[in-house]
Amino acid sequence: MTVKSKQEVVNVDKATVRFAGDSGDGMQLAGMRFTDTSAMIGNDIATLPDFPAEIRAPAGTVAGVSGFQVNFASTEIYTPGDEVDALIAMNPAAFKANIRDVRAGGIVIVNESEFTKVNLRKAGYGENDANPLDDEAVAQKYKLYKVPITRLTEESLADSSLGAKDVGRCKNMYALGLIYFLYDRPLDVTVRYLEDYFGKKKKMPEVATANVQALKAGFHFGETAEMFPVRYQVAKAPIEAGTYRRITGNEAAAMGLVTASKKAGKDLIYCTYPITPASDILHYLAAMRNFGVKTFQAEDEIAAVCAAIGVAFAGQLGVTGTSGPGVALKGEAIGLAVMLELPLLVINVQRGGPSTGLPTKAEQSDLFQAMYGRNGDCPMPVLAPQSPADCFDLIIEAVKIALESMCPVMFLSDGYIANGAEPWRIPNPDDIAEFKVTHASDPETFQGYARNDKLARPWAIPGTPGLQHRVGGLEKQHKTGNVNYDPENHQLMTNLRREKVAKIAERIPDLEIEGDATGDVLLLGWGGTYGAITSAKNALRAQGKKVSSAHLRYLNPMPRNVGDVLKGFKHVIVPELNTGQLRTIIRGKYLVDARGLNKVQGKPFLIEEIEQAVNLMLDGKWGDRLYLEPHNHQVRIEDQDLSKYL
Amino acid sequence: MADNLPLEVLKPKDFASDQDVRWCPGCGDYAILNQVKKVLAKMGARKEHTVFVAGIGCSSRFPYYVDTYGMHSIHGRAPAFVSGIKIANPDLDVWMVTGDGDGLSIGGNHLLHILRRNINVNIMLFNNEIYGLTKGQYSPTSPEGKKTKSSPMGSIDMPLSPISVAIAAEASFVARAVDVDKDLGDILERAANHRGASFVEIFQDCNIFNHFAFKYATDKDEKEDATIKLEHGKPMVFGKNRDKGLRLTGDHKIEIVELGKGISEDDLLFHDEHDESLAFLLSRLKHPEFPEPLGVFYSVKDDCYEDLLTKQVTVAQESRGVGNLYDLYNSGDTWEVKNPGEGVQAPGLQLED
Ligand code: SF4
Repeated sequence: MTVKSKQEVVNVDKATVRFAGDSGDGMQLAGMRFTDTSAMIGNDIATLPDFPAEIRAPAGTVAGVSGFQVNFASTEIYTPGDEVDALIAMNPAAFKANIRDVRAGGIVIVNESEFTKVNLRKAGYGENDANPLDDEAVAQKYKLYKVPITRLTEESLADSSLGAKDVGRCKNMYALGLIYFLYDRPLDVTVRYLEDYFGKKKKMPEVATANVQALKAGFHFGETAEMFPVRYQVAKAPIEAGTYRRITGNEAAAMGLVTASKKAGKDLIYCTYPITPASDILHYLAAMRNFGVKTFQAEDEIAAVCAAIGVAFAGQLGVTGTSGPGVALKGEAIGLAVMLELPLLVINVQRGGPSTGLPTKAEQSDLFQAMYGRNGDCPMPVLAPQSPADCFDLIIEAVKIALESMCPVMFLSDGYIANGAEPWRIPNPDDIAEFKVTHASDPETFQGYARNDKLARPWAIPGTPGLQHRVGGLEKQHKTGNVNYDPENHQLMTNLRREKVAKIAERIPDLEIEGDATGDVLLLGWGGTYGAITSAKNALRAQGKKVSSAHLRYLNPMPRNVGDVLKGFKHVIVPELNTGQLRTIIRGKYLVDARGLNKVQGKPFLIEEIEQAVNLMLDGKWGDRLYLEPHNHQVRIEDQDLSKYL
Repeated sequence: MADNLPLEVLKPKDFASDQDVRWCPGCGDYAILNQVKKVLAKMGARKEHTVFVAGIGCSSRFPYYVDTYGMHSIHGRAPAFVSGIKIANPDLDVWMVTGDGDGLSIGGNHLLHILRRNINVNIMLFNNEIYGLTKGQYSPTSPEGKKTKSSPMGSIDMPLSPISVAIAAEASFVARAVDVDKDLGDILERAANHRGASFVEIFQDCNIFNHFAFKYATDKDEKEDATIKLEHGKPMVFGKNRDKGLRLTGDHKIEIVELGKGISEDDLLFHDEHDESLAFLLSRLKHPEFPEPLGVFYSVKDDCYEDLLTKQVTVAQESRGVGNLYDLYNSGDTWEVKNPGEGVQAPGLQLED
């Protein structure tokens, strides 16, 4: 029978839960299990993992805190949630690093066992051993639950044959069980996972049993401890019928690449060098040898892109993936690909910069690099997915453009999309159109740099009799492709390379406006900010404000109607996780007074931040300011001045 | 049927492209180009099946002058382009042309890795001990003290030995030849027949910026004493009168001895192409203290990267079946949404009483 709890049950539309602990505490696993369960019982979901840059920062320190946030709802949602409704903090450092994100009145469950003097000190809670759990203000602001999770896990596994260390590792499942109770979720999906993963795959059935036991013990504790007066329910969301799975941006990109290679009739050869946060694409593809996928882990970023160009020269699909610092190294070779006019896909999973920057944090500050970061006049198409699942569709488009136009294409993902997950309605592979490639074969008519209606040159591959030709980085003569230094020829070839990219605009969809085609404010975005912008726009429109939004997935060339879209609005605000790169391009290209909402804090936008910026605009508070920045989750005019830090 | 027609027999001149060769008159590159065309013809190479890949530098113009597929890439990176080409199509015959600056300075990293991966390519490193295309700066193989435009007081860089580097980088075929020497053709032919990365250092005269750098190896009067020809299984004899030899000392060093006076050929070192430590020892012999070895230093059989990679694909497809997109999309946990927005909460924990 189903457990009938004595607690009051409250229905809510959505909730945001964050699991936080030491990077060794298994918080990512707990968060992912919670997400899968929520998705399977019909909620819409969005997640945000947050891990430290160091693989194992000193245990117990704030630098070593790893978090996983999941937003689940009975309505459509687009972001992992602004504020946390329930925080699980496995130690003082996790409490310290995350407490300020919890909304007033939110639930805070702490693993009391770990709030020892030593741990408090490691987390930086003063010399006088101030324990935040004893702080009146904390108890008043939040619903604080102190649960000795470590001790209770050990007690629940007293009979286990596992050693103390392995028993300790089960505490994430204990915590997860507790949260399942609080949000009334079934355990079976997780139980099945634990048995498959630890039992069958890792061949450690005792570990599987112990984890299941801890999970159930956590749930029962919630049931019997009478600590929690209220439980919450989040009903199913109105999701389109179909078969779904959870997908991250990097997974979607990998699957999209394999799909594109099949649809183009080409072998996928992924040449790369490990770098955060792009490496997972390599990991997924390396496991797909049975799809004919070859992966080449090159000696460095430069070798990776050069090998991918070699692949293209030999007639297959060459792709290289990296993050911003890697693109900096690849610049010269990408220029060569522009000159050789060979198909190439360059994936940049952006992270915080410049230099090594913030390797694990989200930022979209490589747009200029994608557009202009090469020597010479060196244009290339740039596409940016707007959500994890969109990586699948858009990367197929990117490959198609590269093959059709014979040019390198930049795919600008970011750490937020790459690691974030959302439900993906699984398509039927047969519904995805083929775009088979043809190669030059006729020696009578062959000219290496003749062009078709897309201004693409023929792709003649080694092995084809009679089409021997030489390519290189020196300027080419129009049509013949021979080395040529003639002034008019260089002008013509530069123009042709530009026009070839510009012409792609004829084949891409128009920019869609979400909301009305005219109004007071247009929120114009690109990349991973889609969720926050859309949610903010929805909230503002619900308040009767004349706000619309539009999201650019094609940044070079831009859809042909962008200029017209911009004209329909009194104000244009471009929210970006950089200091105004798209805004600068839009102002230069369309001569409109676009303003920016700019944030470079390693964190995505909160919905509220965008709403505040729009409201300030509607209230006429911006003045001449080109941009505003949120600080501590608030956009205020009085916070914009740098001088107070000087 | 067209397929059954005998293949046209190609002569060396058939491998010439329609482009004018633009090296300086008298440059050693011409001799090498001629030898390569002869070797291609002799081996029955097919134009459409052959690819020349180069980096940047005088030598790297090479692909423009042979009527095969070719790529004049970017400075130092030719090995990476070759790797991609061979992974994509392991059947192509690929030659790589590089120089001492391109291959050992800016592209040193890539050279190490193509050698250790043993990608099936014929690498020719034109060593002229100078930067020619940029008009005469010292290179990683210029001798210490070399005065050039960028080292007016003499180079203070320690030069490296391309052969030592190749052996240390796990190359499976390592040889040295001289641009104007007729042996060059034989060595290139062996290199081309070697399955794996073959590395041939070619002493090349840059008659504009470093003329006669290898005079000792080309001059009729000097070369017999200043070089030694390596022949597998043969004793190491050299000298105009074939009266000198190389012998191993007790502490594993090489010394020069005179034949006769109680020393016979049997006392000398015998060349063994499969002996890696011997190859390395020989790579350290420098003119003028020692005769510089020419010929094949080292040659062993080893698996090629691109073959192993292709094999992994075959093995994966045999053991797991050829992947299909439907299964890929549906892997992992999936769930069905049948009645959208029904608003039914799934039951909580099911307990058996
Ligand atoms: S500069 Fe030297 S290496 Fe270059 S083409 Fe002239 S002679 Fe040959």
